Amino acid sequence: MSVSDFLKHTTATWMKEDGPESDIVISTRIRVARNLSASPFPVLATENMAQEVLSKVTNAVMSDEFAALGKFEVLKIGEIGNIDREALVEKHLISRNLVEDSRVGAVAMRSDEVVSIMINEEDHLRIQVLYPGFQLEDGWNLATAVDDALEQRLEYAFDEKRGYLTACPTNVGTGIRASVMMHLPGLVHTNQIGRILSAISQVGLVVRGIYGEGSDAIGNLFQISNQLTLGQSEADIIENLAVVAGQIIAHERTARKQLVMENRDSIEDRVCRSFGILANARKIDSKETMQRLSDVRLGIDLGMIQGVSANILKELMVITRPGFLQKYAGVELAPQERDWRRASLIRERLQIDR
Amino acid sequence: MDCSECGNRPATVYFTKITNGSKTEMHLCEVCAKEKGELLGTTPNGFSINSLLAGILNFESQGIPVSAPQTLRCNTCGLTFNQFSQIGRFGCSDCYQAFEPRLDPLLRRIHGGTTHTGKIPARSGGVIQKRREIDQLRHQLNDRIQKEKFEEAASLRDQIRALESELGGSPNVSE
Ligand SMILES: [Zn+2]
Ligand SMILES: [Zn+2]
Repeated sequence: MSVSDFLKHTTATWMKEDGPESDIVISTRIRVARNLSASPFPVLATENMAQEVLSKVTNAVMSDEFAALGKFEVLKIGEIGNIDREALVEKHLISRNLVEDSRVGAVAMRSDEVVSIMINEEDHLRIQVLYPGFQLEDGWNLATAVDDALEQRLEYAFDEKRGYLTACPTNVGTGIRASVMMHLPGLVHTNQIGRILSAISQVGLVVRGIYGEGSDAIGNLFQISNQLTLGQSEADIIENLAVVAGQIIAHERTARKQLVMENRDSIEDRVCRSFGILANARKIDSKETMQRLSDVRLGIDLGMIQGVSANILKELMVITRPGFLQKYAGVELAPQERDWRRASLIRERLQIDR
Repeated sequence: MDCSECGNRPATVYFTKITNGSKTEMHLCEVCAKEKGELLGTTPNGFSINSLLAGILNFESQGIPVSAPQTLRCNTCGLTFNQFSQIGRFGCSDCYQAFEPRLDPLLRRIHGGTTHTGKIPARSGGVIQKRREIDQLRHQLNDRIQKEKFEEAASLRDQIRALESELGGSPNVSE
């Protein structure tokens, strides 16, 4: 199979399509934790209890009320092959926790992979909406609609004072975790990222690197999410995150302008050099891949690299991970083999646009 | 009761162990419990989720320390407050009621707030929704009375009465 066919068959909506502010915001994710009353949380559930939760949720997902929300399929983690499971984690559709620690774990997946409902993770239900670009409000609107449709058939653990009851006290109340994944090379290269990150953590938000931690995030990709779930309404939580993310977008744009004004030649050298390496290397590890991809994406956004789709960052950050590489190869690969395969997959992907 | 091992310190941890069908109970202090716990492959301060699981589901046969009765305990799933504070996870939704006396400081430390002000379940939350509306109307009512806007106050009072009678009149409002 060619890389382009492979991408057509396996990519999630967030990887294929653009959204608002797509030059900086890669994706928006809303996760909502819910539990059924009268059943212990997954950590204490026996196999039978977990099965019962799964069948209740499956019935709700397959009900008539749910049909209006799209076409869903329930996949049991235990029945998916290792490599395919890994690929779902790499596409950010399910958590590693669901794969590794869950008993009778499953996911109800919408066919466009925008909605995925994890079952028997840390909570009975983790509703996830994953959109391309900056779409916090739409994301919440869809998540709450999915939540309402599930609640038509399920009895939730809800308390008037504490809200939606969750296994971990850090999620109780609204149970909502909203986040945006941002590409911030301008703030990193102008050495402003540390200051921004510490400011963010003072307004009730959490930042982490998607790959690597803190200001050393590999590939300059950061995920910013709300920390608090109790005491504020969902609308306030979303609004607070949207305002702060909006400010970061503005800072990132200013930083990119500053880079071009003050260091055009060295930035151009950097991004073109990275493109040369991705287009020609025969062997590359995942860390270097992310660094070079970030450079190339910046070069595309600044108009220094032409004729290459801006989507390569999203596509390649996912399909060069071990699970996808092996899915594409069709066989299991030892770590050293992956570096060779990764380089050849990247070269092939770049040739599609040329 | 003093520790049955050293006899020096008060017993705060109870072990029950079944060996070859015969049951031994040990009442130990923290220090001795820790030693015993290590021998048995479990420690009171930091046992793994697996041993906790085993312990909760099958207390007697596992030699898991059972905390002294004065600690809070969820009758539905068996989790004690001490176990909760070690693993940082509730065992079931009833744990919230069982540990209620100790939750406010914890939640305040994590979230700042202690009370949910967000979404209410659309289908089953009708009663709560009405109570919230009544609360809001009462605030408005007080405000109008203070400002001596009695006509508006009277209409608010009618709305509150109407909502209250809906709540009182049909006990199955939530359905
Ligand atoms: Zn002792
Ligand atoms: Zn409980």
